[in-house]
Amino acid sequence: MSTRAMPFRGSLTSREQLSVYEFSWPAIIFIPLIAVLIQVFIPVKVRFMPIIDLPFLVTIFFATARRNPVTGCLTGCFIGLLQDLFAGYNHYLGMFGIALTVVGYLASSLGVKIDVENPGSRFLITFVFFGLEEGVYYGVAHGLLRQGLQWSWSHVALSGLANAVIGIFVFRFLDRFKQR
Amino acid sequence: MPRISMDTFLGRYRNLIVLAAILFAQIIALAVQVRRPTDDGDTRLIRIWAISAVAPLEKAVVHSQEWVQGLWTNYLYLHGVRRENRDLRAEIERMKIEDARLNEDARMARRVQALLGFKEQYVDSTVAAQVIGTSGSEQSRILYIDKGSSDGIKTDMAVITPTGIVGKIVQVAPEWSQVLPINDQFSGVGAALKDSRLQGILKGAANGATTLQYIMSDEKVVPGEAVITSGGDRIFPKGLPVGTVVSAQPGKDLFLNIRVIPAAHLDRLEEVLVVTRITEKMPDAKELGPLRASDILAERLPTVPTKTGVDAAGNAKAAAAGTPATGDTTTNAAPGGAARPSTNTTGAKPAGANTGGGTVKPAVAGARKPPATLTTPRATAGATNGTTPVAKPEPTGTGSPASADATATPANGTTPPIKVRVVDNYDDSPTPKKAKPAAEPPPSASPEPAPSTTPPPGAQPQP
Repeated sequence: MSTRAMPFRGSLTSREQLSVYEFSWPAIIFIPLIAVLIQVFIPVKVRFMPIIDLPFLVTIFFATARRNPVTGCLTGCFIGLLQDLFAGYNHYLGMFGIALTVVGYLASSLGVKIDVENPGSRFLITFVFFGLEEGVYYGVAHGLLRQGLQWSWSHVALSGLANAVIGIFVFRFLDRFKQR
Repeated sequence: MPRISMDTFLGRYRNLIVLAAILFAQIIALAVQVRRPTDDGDTRLIRIWAISAVAPLEKAVVHSQEWVQGLWTNYLYLHGVRRENRDLRAEIERMKIEDARLNEDARMARRVQALLGFKEQYVDSTVAAQVIGTSGSEQSRILYIDKGSSDGIKTDMAVITPTGIVGKIVQVAPEWSQVLPINDQFSGVGAALKDSRLQGILKGAANGATTLQYIMSDEKVVPGEAVITSGGDRIFPKGLPVGTVVSAQPGKDLFLNIRVIPAAHLDRLEEVLVVTRITEKMPDAKELGPLRASDILAERLPTVPTKTGVDAAGNAKAAAAGTPATGDTTTNAAPGGAARPSTNTTGAKPAGANTGGGTVKPAVAGARKPPATLTTPRATAGATNGTTPVAKPEPTGTGSPASADATATPANGTTPPIKVRVVDNYDDSPTPKKAKPAAEPPPSASPEPAPSTTPPPGAQPQP
């Protein structure tokens, strides 16, 4: 159990120490890779799969578990660029990268402040950050690249809810890869 | 002292500096990609490497899954196969009969096409492919298939299914290809409404909806109307099913906003066909056997289902009983409408308008007014057809205008523009007086077949 105790440093929770987890290198490399591959290839069989954003969930998980903003944004950048590679025609490399970099940074920064271990906080974090990711993506696509994307609050809210619910189970599964 | 403050600054804002640096690098990368877009479908090498690295794995997974599924469905789970086989045989028998009828219709259509010099596009060869992946995001609807340039796939080839079109090939690697579906926001397909023949562009949207655009808002588009490819994009052959109109509402810029449901199930595609060759050729009328003058005339006259004829007969009884004319078409009282209801009723309109609904043989009356019948092309056709009941004294004339109109409407609806052109060509003939219809024998009963196989428009069957 190689959990490091993080000093208080203004935590917003009642806990005086927050656990910082580490992961093995294979887990760091293969979990995002498998998440992206599932995201790319499963929708052929499962119709609703594009609503679920597994790379985003993995980014949130790693960022909140490590509680380090630098590694959080690096992880988000890596996973986002990996997702960009498969996004196909007319999708510029870096769109998901930028969005997940921001998400990774903020999620890890938030992980320093609050407890992100219980399902309730995970649900809320996932829901909020999903909206943030969609907003950043839309901003990049619309503001920087002048792509005519349509923004739908209801769609984002429903997708966020779906990801938040699925995220609880995904996070519970990924907890097994934490090194203790 | 300043050095210490710099260290303090870097230490305090290290996280933010890293974040800004990573974001800046990615924005620069975006700018480079926008500044130097790859030409004509070339893709970035890193993408090809990445997809090529995982495509074999995914192929193996998909094919092994297919194998297991096939093992189960083909060998283990055979419940109800006998009954299904029996039902299918019965279905085949029914379809054979239907096929014979459709073949005859197709031969007739090809003859008319040959006469008019239309070129037809045929899907000559296709390659079956398996869908192995998607873009994985809602913003892009890209599909990956397991066939690539080594299988003869090239960019801009059409991708279809038996139910409808899917999209086109946008990127090709040796072992895989990318398909841009018609519901992607960057997609555009030349499409037309099947009945009204209005042409527009079918475009996708970010949310996966497909809309038919650039159709003027003063046009009437009915939900449920089929949408087919127009062939204008030079990718899809003309006439392939695209989808069905769901709603048509006035949009902005004087165009209708027509929502279309794709005919192909784009969200659950597993196998598709890539059209690798399209041939364009003229239908050869000689292959279809000799064309008789009576056939030409018969083609001008719409076929009427038997059921309609029965209805018309029933209505004729009502007419004989003196049913008053209702609606606008008193001419429809022409009993010729029973024999060839559509063109008769429409064509005889001007002349027959004087006859009234209660006239016993208004078609003859219409035929006796050649100036009126020759004023418009349709009137000419109607005059010619108006002779039909004279030569065919079938007592099935529609006395009721309403009923005759009812028989006219579907015929008009089914009469393609081709048929109208034929009529127009006939009207262009310099001898309008030969359209003295009352003296003509019935076209279908013409005993002298014309020897020419591809007669010019003026080569009408001579009485």
